Amino acid sequence: MSGVRVLVGTHKGAFVLSADGNRKNWSVDGPFFAGWEIYHMKGSPVDTNRIYVSQTSGWFGQLIQRSDDGGKTWHQPGLPNEAIPPPGPPGALPNRFKYDTSSETGKPLTTHMWYDGTQHPWEFKRVWHLEPSLSEADTVYAGVEDAALFKSTDGGENWQELAGLRGHGTGPQWQPGAGGMGLHTIILDPSDPKRIYIAISAAGAFRTDDGGATWKPINKGLRSQYIPDPNAEIGHCVHHVAMNQNRPGVLFMQKHWDVMRSDDAGDNWREVSGNLPTDFGFAIDVHAHEPETLYVVPIKSDSEHFPIEGKLRVYRSRTGGNEWEQLSKGLPEKDCYVNVLRDAMAVDRLDDCGIYFGTTGGQVYASCDSGDSWMPIVHDLPAVLSVEVQTLN
Amino acid sequence: MIRVALPYHLRNLAKIDGDVLLEVAAPATLRAVLDALEARYPMLRGTIREYETGQRRAFLRFFACEEDISLASPDAELPEAVTTGKEPLLIIGAIAGGWE
Repeated sequence: MSGVRVLVGTHKGAFVLSADGNRKNWSVDGPFFAGWEIYHMKGSPVDTNRIYVSQTSGWFGQLIQRSDDGGKTWHQPGLPNEAIPPPGPPGALPNRFKYDTSSETGKPLTTHMWYDGTQHPWEFKRVWHLEPSLSEADTVYAGVEDAALFKSTDGGENWQELAGLRGHGTGPQWQPGAGGMGLHTIILDPSDPKRIYIAISAAGAFRTDDGGATWKPINKGLRSQYIPDPNAEIGHCVHHVAMNQNRPGVLFMQKHWDVMRSDDAGDNWREVSGNLPTDFGFAIDVHAHEPETLYVVPIKSDSEHFPIEGKLRVYRSRTGGNEWEQLSKGLPEKDCYVNVLRDAMAVDRLDDCGIYFGTTGGQVYASCDSGDSWMPIVHDLPAVLSVEVQTLN
Repeated sequence: MIRVALPYHLRNLAKIDGDVLLEVAAPATLRAVLDALEARYPMLRGTIREYETGQRRAFLRFFACEEDISLASPDAELPEAVTTGKEPLLIIGAIAGGWE
């Protein structure tokens, strides 16, 4: 029997929502890591029992947690869950994200631009996004703040920076947005294991075609009113990028204003905001089986991070952008002033693709009919930071 | 034996109930105690001291015998009351703060 497992990271812990393929009756497990911010959690497409979690706290820093049994139990990779470990220093350092400034990696960077235009040291703060490999359960990528990309090949026990990203040349010009300089999007190309797309707030989008050794900015066509140079190579505040796994190379972007589309792996972008009531927002995703069907949650403005008129709406385009229709059945029609964060929308891969999103008000909604109608799975979780979904066969 | 009192979340992380008891050779400095704590409970590495610098994390403080020793040298010997186990070394997270 098929089923789905929705992984919800919140401001105060992680939750696992489970249902069979009908997606009508849900069980809610959690909070796991109660009291900690769970920036992101995602399952391996190779082994659905393998789940990686970014657990973080302003007090106690960054931890990586892993489950090997579908979310029933958790451990920090490579570390015992109890005291008195084997003699000698631990071989695993699952929570250590050390920036690689060795000369062997090319151009070691130690500073980026600060808010006042001066150079500021690169400082690790937290893991924003975890992206498990499409082919190996023990391989996983981490996008961190201050922006960098790390990779583990031992199930999260040890991490190595792919320093070519920060070292490709534009790094000293990267500047944080108000929310920090986080590498929040990682997309692995199923047709090319050496191609990876990433996005950084607020540096823009980048692509590697050699497994992370070298990178190039892919921001041509993006327009940002706060950047004087209309042809600026970097500095764009990309909120999120989505790609249908069955059509690699076609990308959709929710930017700080504008919904964008690229048909050539990010080399060129064009605006597809069309008739959206507002093209500001954070989340964006693509139907699992319909590569031209997109979903966004329009947010009023960059000054007011909530839906227009207090009405929570998802907008769908079935034409790859430009032509959007409002989806509201089952969603709050009034007094709803929540936000939907960039990593808080996901789709499953069942035949009738399910769409899911979580709000900063603690609701998680699901649609089993491509968005025609919605139902809340839960109402009162802590603020939702991320939503991912595993399809179980 | 030296007693170390941890904040709630770190007790949870280490699956500890109550104070931690550690054997630390003389001189029992703050650094030596934290080294012993992290060796015994590797899941706590990076949660009290920054990974790369070894510096105290900004929102944590160390107390001994009702004195804040957070700014004292980590290589100074702890008070005798702590080294003999009569008083605990307190590791305390900032009480105020957070946005909800």
